[in-house]
Amino acid sequence: MSEMLNTLEQTALSEYKYGWVTDIEADEAPPGLSEDIVRFISAKKNEPEWMLEWRLKAYRHWLKMTEPEWANVKYPKVDYNAIKYYSAPKQKKTLNSLDEVDPELRATFEKLGISLDEQKRLSNVAVDAVIDSVSIATTFKKQLAELGIIFCSMSEAVQEHPELIKKWLGSVVPMTDNYFSALNSAVFSDGSFCYIPKGVKSPMELSTYFRINAENTGQFERTLIVAEEGSYVSYLEGCTAPMRDENQLHAAVVEIVALDNAEVKYSTVQNWYPGDKDGKGGIYNFVTKRGICAGVNSKISWTQVETGSAVTWKYPSVILKGDNSQGEFYSVAVTNNHQQADTGTKMMHIGKNTRSRIVSKGISAGFSQNSYRGLVQVGKNAVNARNFSQCDSLLLGDKCGAHTFPYIEVKNSTAQVEHEATTSKIGEDQIFYCNQRGLDTETAVALIINGFAKEVMNQLPMEFAVEAQKLLAISLEGSVG
Amino acid sequence: MSELKELIQDKLNKESFSGNGSLKALSQKGLELFNEQGIPTVNHEEWKYTRISAVLNKDFSYAVDATAVTAKDVDAFRLPGHEAANELVFVNGIYHAELSNIRSSADELVILPLSEAVKGEYKAIVDANLGHSANYHTDGINALNNTFAYQGLFIAVKKNKSVEHPLYCYYINDARTVNVLSQPRTLIYVAASAEVQLVEEEVTIGTSDSFINKVSEIVVEENAQVSIYKIQNEDSHSSCVKTTHVRQLGVSKVNSVTITLNGGVIRNNLNFILEAPGCESNMYGLYCVKGNTHVDNHTIVDNQQPHSLSNELYKGIIDENATGVFNGKIFVRQDAQKTNAYQSNKNVLLSDTATVNTKPQLEIFADDVKCSHGCTIGRLDDEALFYLQARGIGEKAAKALLLHAFAVEILDKIELEPIRQYVDQIISERLDFEI
Repeated sequence: MSEMLNTLEQTALSEYKYGWVTDIEADEAPPGLSEDIVRFISAKKNEPEWMLEWRLKAYRHWLKMTEPEWANVKYPKVDYNAIKYYSAPKQKKTLNSLDEVDPELRATFEKLGISLDEQKRLSNVAVDAVIDSVSIATTFKKQLAELGIIFCSMSEAVQEHPELIKKWLGSVVPMTDNYFSALNSAVFSDGSFCYIPKGVKSPMELSTYFRINAENTGQFERTLIVAEEGSYVSYLEGCTAPMRDENQLHAAVVEIVALDNAEVKYSTVQNWYPGDKDGKGGIYNFVTKRGICAGVNSKISWTQVETGSAVTWKYPSVILKGDNSQGEFYSVAVTNNHQQADTGTKMMHIGKNTRSRIVSKGISAGFSQNSYRGLVQVGKNAVNARNFSQCDSLLLGDKCGAHTFPYIEVKNSTAQVEHEATTSKIGEDQIFYCNQRGLDTETAVALIINGFAKEVMNQLPMEFAVEAQKLLAISLEGSVG
Repeated sequence: MSELKELIQDKLNKESFSGNGSLKALSQKGLELFNEQGIPTVNHEEWKYTRISAVLNKDFSYAVDATAVTAKDVDAFRLPGHEAANELVFVNGIYHAELSNIRSSADELVILPLSEAVKGEYKAIVDANLGHSANYHTDGINALNNTFAYQGLFIAVKKNKSVEHPLYCYYINDARTVNVLSQPRTLIYVAASAEVQLVEEEVTIGTSDSFINKVSEIVVEENAQVSIYKIQNEDSHSSCVKTTHVRQLGVSKVNSVTITLNGGVIRNNLNFILEAPGCESNMYGLYCVKGNTHVDNHTIVDNQQPHSLSNELYKGIIDENATGVFNGKIFVRQDAQKTNAYQSNKNVLLSDTATVNTKPQLEIFADDVKCSHGCTIGRLDDEALFYLQARGIGEKAAKALLLHAFAVEILDKIELEPIRQYVDQIISERLDFEI
């Protein structure tokens, strides 16, 4: 056992490999938050009047709200006046092709493994890359446009498709929804917008890549996906940040609308900087993600692999409004060192014959705290609603904690709701079995953890699955005892 | 709210309790906390699903003459098997010695007012244990009971004694003239290698509103065995908050079975604090409710030491407009390696106006443990129904059979045969099941 500890401890010290900073000249707002800053951001983005009004309304509402404290996480309070709410890499003009992107920037994304050069690695993924606050480049736009798919940055969408933005922005997560969504609504700087027209199945995966680069900035992006009748899209999201000693705030909002017979699959590999092994620095990841199955037979599926962030606080949810609609939530949350995660989902059954499935796997190591918090709500009219939830926790070490807070509220007698949860550790017998067959302890642990998380990993698109598995191994190295 | 505060202050002034030490301190602390916190609202996480303030938002009275209750009144609701039991009668929250029948001898069973126990040979025990539940319940309701803890009762089961006669405790509220609020308090000490069975029932006489806010703290020493059976079958104008707080200080075994059949708003707090290695705790519950009954079972199991086993199974059959709430919390502390903790909550909804809110929680800080929790909410299995119907059993009878089978799993945990039969009979009638 002690040998096992040693091998693992050594590898545990492997560093966060996305921790570098790119020296890009940035256009920034001064730190602090006020109506002027909101106006500044809006003006910078050359937004129409209605958008500014919308932001101001959110800002005024935010002022009246207090930061929530119910989550099972502890962190020093965020000073909202010390954050820079806008930071954009300086660009001289609108770009016509990728070749015009600042080479420094392109190098950044190369380093991240996200090649903007679409000929190369991710040959079938359209990428929208967001650095600090602003979307840098969107690939494959033309091919998508031929099918009528709109995939662009949020700022572009505000300019070019105002009717769609007006209609759908804030329709799933109202600006008044919670503290962080109000903040995001006021200061969101960019994000991705994706619109799939009626009957179109997106031929490729759409992807957004987020990176916080500048110091003392907060990233507030907003993603909106609208899937019209009978359409399908699979959407990927990835994120990294440099290593810094101070905590940085990431408060994003993601909204998904699925109309009749539409299906949206949203996958996230979250790998924000988690802080060092003593818990210094790292990203606060306070995110509101929600989808609505507005039409009949629609489906929204969330898959997330959470390995980064110092503090994670997010609950990708589905409102099952349309009859026969389906919601899914697959999650692997890994916490190590001093990370804290309070994550889970909400499934709100409103329509008839709605189904939802929750599979949550929590892995805690080091001194970390990992909580699952979920709500399954079955309304009075949700006849034949069906839910299955499973949340398993794996504890690696005796200084970490695993917590489960499932809330289940049922108001219909035909509903069938099941919830089960287990907590365990890797057995010495399992390790012994592997050792006996010639696997060293480290490989054995990796094997067992991968098996534990497999159910969720299988849901990830190919491009992500490989990355996610590697991440899982890196995040946990050295923490098994 | 302010009326309730005035009422409390008024009562305190009248009684001007001048007792000593820990009782006085507990009472003062309780009053302070109550004045600060008040009655919890639904914004309080632990009271999210139970609107207790609505029940207390009425004119309650304390000033009821306990002598109005006679032995004849008590006869009306004595539980089966009472002939061989120690019967403890509490009237409006206060122990009534004349109406009680103590059959066990004083070298087995000691019954003393808390205000006396705190002075004599049990002082150390009272000082160390009274008010321990306040560590787990910091709300105004628990504080309110602490305020009046000086009226409470101390019960001790002596070392190596197995009490032959079970303790039947009746908590009577005399609501024949006014709405009654009562606050019974007990501290039960079960010494090493002792054995005792407790049966508790609340009773309201009369048709006015009744509210019982009861706190019972039970201390279990090494090798002791305790069984706690609660039967709740009152009218809709009777509500209660019952807190049962069990400390297991040595290797010991405690079983608890809570049966809820009827009432207004019922909140049961059941805490098991496993402070020694190798403890065993079993918590079972059945709520078979209809009408507008609201039943809320809140349980806490705090595993502090290694090698403990806790087992929890709560089942619910909810009909008409009734609401069933279950909130289970299992803590496994860092030292509590090799703990086995299981928790399960199963519910059957019989109508579309019935509600179930359940929240089975786990908080685990030790890695070498086996913990699981599960919960289900649904209706009767269609296939099982079909199977029975295919064999010539009518739909109604088939449903009754299945529901009864669902309930029996809990009823079988009652080891006191007369009580088990009594409850089974009520449930069978409720479900139209013929034995």
